[in-house]
Amino acid sequence: MDPFLTSRIVTDVLGGLTNGVTYGLVALSLVLIWRSTGILNFAQGAMPMFATYVGFALLSYHFGYWPCVVACVIAAVLIGGLTERLLVRRLYGKPEINPIVVMVGFLIVLEAVAAAIWSSTPRSLPSPFSLIHWQLAGRPFALSPFTVYEIATALVVMLAVAMLFRFTNLGLQLRASALAPEVSRLLGVRVGRLLTLGWMLSTAVGVITTILVSANFFSGLTPTVMDGIFAYGFIAAAIGGLESPVGAVVAGVLLGVVNQFVTDFVNQNAVIIIALAILVVSLMVRPSGVFTKSTQRRV
Amino acid sequence: MITIDDLTVSFGAVQALRHVSFVAETGHITAVLGANGAGKTTLLRTISGLKEPKTGTIRLGDQSLMHMRTEDIARLGIGHVPEGRGVIGEFTVEENLRLGAMMAKVNLAQGLQAQYELFPVLGERRKQHAAKLSGGERQMLAMARALIANPSVLLLDEPSLGLAPLVTAQLMHTIQSLCETSDLTVILVEQNATSALRIAHHAVVLHVGEVVANDTASLVAADENLRQYYLGLVE
Repeated sequence: MDPFLTSRIVTDVLGGLTNGVTYGLVALSLVLIWRSTGILNFAQGAMPMFATYVGFALLSYHFGYWPCVVACVIAAVLIGGLTERLLVRRLYGKPEINPIVVMVGFLIVLEAVAAAIWSSTPRSLPSPFSLIHWQLAGRPFALSPFTVYEIATALVVMLAVAMLFRFTNLGLQLRASALAPEVSRLLGVRVGRLLTLGWMLSTAVGVITTILVSANFFSGLTPTVMDGIFAYGFIAAAIGGLESPVGAVVAGVLLGVVNQFVTDFVNQNAVIIIALAILVVSLMVRPSGVFTKSTQRRV
Repeated sequence: MITIDDLTVSFGAVQALRHVSFVAETGHITAVLGANGAGKTTLLRTISGLKEPKTGTIRLGDQSLMHMRTEDIARLGIGHVPEGRGVIGEFTVEENLRLGAMMAKVNLAQGLQAQYELFPVLGERRKQHAAKLSGGERQMLAMARALIANPSVLLLDEPSLGLAPLVTAQLMHTIQSLCETSDLTVILVEQNATSALRIAHHAVVLHVGEVVANDTASLVAADENLRQYYLGLVE
């Protein structure tokens, strides 16, 4: 094979993986809320964005990167919890369109408030690792220390969430509370607390994604930084299946790689069209998601 | 022992239960019988805290259950197997049982072993999703999930609904054996009066939310008027 083509393909795969893990993380945070509360959170990009602004406000007080990250996670947990308690709790049991409309409205409000407080001008975030790509045989390689950190962080978060749901009592209770709240209560599960916890967890996963995205894409932090990423994360969650954390992550990573190839070999403008086409085809073949197990009933 | 005194429950202007009073003795099976709409399910849902009563009291021993949250009532040792079984179809058999054992803080391995001995088919299907079980197996799973928490009171809502007569007989036998070998108090809501009266010690007959009979099961079973007009048991 032509060495130039080989190099191009390797670069696309690695670049796609880097983008894909962020789509996977967004998809994962959507699945977290869906599995623990049965709601599709359209403000899933905006809530962590707001928490990132709050956390990185500590930079003004000469705190370093890691204290800011901790502050972001704390802010995200608080925003997630308060959103569930004050806004979402009134929506349980209502028609499915109600939470969708409310969360889209909340997204617009958060972005507007963030712009009013911190302005829409991109704000650069510090990075704990170099963003400069490594060289291979004198040419820039697709990976940098930061992208390795990004992929490793995403993998750790994904693994932790998967283990939480699969192996822990807390994960089992979170899933039970979303799937059958009344039955869960009859079994002694404190459903109200778990619903709040589900939103806290999801926003915490979301804020890690926002921190990574804001530094890696050189675009900096803006009130709308997560809008595009959210769209691809949402597509990945729908393809993988809203019931499947593994499916959401795998679909996110694959979508990232496909997008990179389409950008490189076709056209940047074709990316969203191809992504939506994949979504439509996958929903026609497996409406509940490619990775969601069938639970058809035996008669 | 569960004591229900002067319980009235309303859905808007409609009274589902009117001044209902009876005692479910420890270690006994109390059958609650009546036609559709008699208020049987509402009674169990009120005991479990899913429905707030308008007046009256419910006590577990000396402890009032009034204004308590459902999850706190469950943690006191009241197991409720709801109508339609209420197993979580997306969970495996074992996950459903784990969920039942969690709040009671019982030894999971021992609890699972006990339930698999009581209902061997669940042991064979432990990794299978509950939605893939048959109706009888799902009923067994719902009962096992309540029993694994070692409840002192078991509320069973129409356990025979939609089951074949042979499966119903097996379930009734299991309920009877449980009461004979422990201090478990059972409140058994049933439309299938014949099956329920066969194993119950006590029977309460509800008609449009009111108690029309509250006596030993043998006396209720022998009362021709009750059998004919309220239980639909015509010779």
